[in-house]
Amino acid sequence: MSPTVKKSLNPVPIKERMKVPRQLMLEQQPEVRAHNFEEVNLGYSTELAQREAQRCLECAKPTCTDNCPVGVKVKEFVELIVAGDFLGAAAKIREDNVLPAVTGRVCPQEDHCEGKCLLSKKVKPLGIGYLERFVADYEQRMGTHVVPKVVPTGKKIAVVGSGPSGLTVAGDLVQRGHKVRVFEALHELGGVLVYGIPEFRLPKQIIREQLDYMREMGVEFETDVVVGRTVTIDELMGEEGYDAVFIGTGAGLPQFMNIPGEHLNGVYSANEFLTRINLMKAYKFPVYDEPMLDLHGKSVAVIGGGNTALDAIRSALRLGAGKAYVIYRRSDAEMPARAEEVHHARQEGIDFQMLTAPVEFLSDGKGWLTGARCVRMELGEPDASGRRRPVPIKGSEFDLPLSVAIMAIGTSANPIVQSTTPGLGTNKRGYIQASEETQRTTREGVFAGGDIVTGSATVILAMGAGRRAAKSIHEYLTTGAW
Amino acid sequence: MFKITHAEFLAPGIKRFVIEAPRIARKQKPGQFVILRIYEEGERIPLTIENSDPERGTINIVVQSAGKTTHLLNSLNTGDEILDVVGPLGKPSEIAKYGTVVVVGGGVGTAMAYPTAAALKQAGNRVISIVGARNKELVILEPEMRAVSDALMITTDDGSYADKGFVTDKLRQLIQNGTRIDLVVAVGPIVMMRAVAEMTRKENIHTVVSLNPIMIDGTGMCGGCRVLIDGKSEFACVDGPEFDAHRVDFAVLVQRNTMYRDAEQQSMAEFQHAREAQAGAAHSCAAVAESVPGGQR
Repeated sequence: MSPTVKKSLNPVPIKERMKVPRQLMLEQQPEVRAHNFEEVNLGYSTELAQREAQRCLECAKPTCTDNCPVGVKVKEFVELIVAGDFLGAAAKIREDNVLPAVTGRVCPQEDHCEGKCLLSKKVKPLGIGYLERFVADYEQRMGTHVVPKVVPTGKKIAVVGSGPSGLTVAGDLVQRGHKVRVFEALHELGGVLVYGIPEFRLPKQIIREQLDYMREMGVEFETDVVVGRTVTIDELMGEEGYDAVFIGTGAGLPQFMNIPGEHLNGVYSANEFLTRINLMKAYKFPVYDEPMLDLHGKSVAVIGGGNTALDAIRSALRLGAGKAYVIYRRSDAEMPARAEEVHHARQEGIDFQMLTAPVEFLSDGKGWLTGARCVRMELGEPDASGRRRPVPIKGSEFDLPLSVAIMAIGTSANPIVQSTTPGLGTNKRGYIQASEETQRTTREGVFAGGDIVTGSATVILAMGAGRRAAKSIHEYLTTGAW
Repeated sequence: MFKITHAEFLAPGIKRFVIEAPRIARKQKPGQFVILRIYEEGERIPLTIENSDPERGTINIVVQSAGKTTHLLNSLNTGDEILDVVGPLGKPSEIAKYGTVVVVGGGVGTAMAYPTAAALKQAGNRVISIVGARNKELVILEPEMRAVSDALMITTDDGSYADKGFVTDKLRQLIQNGTRIDLVVAVGPIVMMRAVAEMTRKENIHTVVSLNPIMIDGTGMCGGCRVLIDGKSEFACVDGPEFDAHRVDFAVLVQRNTMYRDAEQQSMAEFQHAREAQAGAAHSCAAVAESVPGGQR
């Protein structure tokens, strides 16, 4: 390329750009979508996408990219959208992000790229997530993504888990010429993207398309393999001849509050509730065999304030729940869920009981849930997480009638890989120890990333770890140095 | 896809399958189970591994027809395929030299008790086995159990074979005769395991049971299989399936296993209806088996 200064193709003068309002994405109407599992957001037209892209201030030092866990070159792909080269924009994103159609939908942009967008100091930030989704969907519609040509290195990597971190590692390494095989415990690929995130937020067809693309690039997949049980890490690196292993086994067992009544029929963990719906299609019972409790007209509450909590309660609403509550012990400001999901959930009529916590689940005397005894909270001094600690208000107890309660208060480490891999260091909470920079574990040739290292976090943070791991696996395989 | 290389009925409604699953066959240890899904719309159900052959790359499972999925499974034959089989899941049985071990197998639970009994015998224990069934036809794995036991006792509920009564009658006799028992392993219906636990609790005999809660992924993700152990939640798929019987809250296990009874009955009724329509009224299948939620072991 010539070193001449590139002239901006953007027809809107810099000074005018702040005056252009952020372009809204079309959505299904709340009263309609509350009764179906179709996607809430409907996407941008090319016109809307270009108008939104023209808002970019083209910063000399783009903070958006600095704050992206995988380092997507935002300014460059947005310029390509302005220029009308949508496939070029998709290819530009793919240099850093193997799952753009996914992150365009589920990434908490307000915490990353959009949160640092210069526009946001005065007006609404650039719709980077919307634009990413637009180009990924455009590329898919055109069906013309380019499979990069690579020179085989002869090295073999086993990836344990097909969730966001594993797929990122696989996508990055296969593009560097390595042979990659992904092992998945469930019968379907995608990890939390498939069993956890519901159709209305991330259609499963999107995942299937991304997986097809990875297969085209040469990634191999094997389902129904629980690494640690079906085959151990040592066997993968020994008799199966893998040169390196990446562990991305994800979130583990759901946590419970250990309050009375948690074992009543009608109390679910969010993981089980969502797995029945998303993976096992229990909402299509009896066409599908896996059952779930009938929610029609019932009162349902989720306990917790994260994305998983909102996914669960919005699914319950779509399955006919008459009343749908979020019970969260802190206030709006502390809620970890993605801002757009909270907004959408409120539009759909979810009843948010903030500063509230259950202290006991109530029974009909025959083992079935009838309600939750709750207590109101107030915020006290900041706790270890830096957020103000909720403190129960004496005498504020009240009973909330419920047929189903869903616990979404976090997960703890899945022990299977750790307990079957000698020498693999764990921290005191049981998560795998891995370098924050290189994702190396205490075992040579073994890397780890995502929720099995950090505890419950987001798709994009897992992908960030996957990207760092891929880079350091490549270095390890190239240099042989540990 | 996992191919069935051999299928045979061991008793009415109880079928043994030999399935090609080389990875599982290499790793299986007594006490472990698989989860399978027969077809795309199918549910995932846990089933005990009775035996495996690492050389041939096959595992054996023994299935009793109870709900729709097990009925469907038992309609499969040699050469048919199962969509998904994953395992071996759960912690293996703790095999050591305890001294004298009483292994109790109730109904199809005998298929899970068998590999554990064999391993305990191999480890140098004196193994006394008690096998119980509803009637003569439902007594399974008698020769296999006999081969790995120093003594084998059999009971049938109706007295149509061996001694009339329950497995607990035999266990009580052993205790009353002053037999020194170092460990009891009980696998079967919850009521049986609970009765064994209550009997050995008084005698302070260490007792292990294999629990069969409702389960989906079986890998420590969904938490559906939680059981109450000493008042705390544990997970049968990763912490079990075997637990100290005296710490198990059996009432909660029974209650949680009824969670989907209505749906299970609906599934079964529709399945039978479809099958009858297919076969014609003359060949209708009248088997209405008791509902066994979750897995069966």
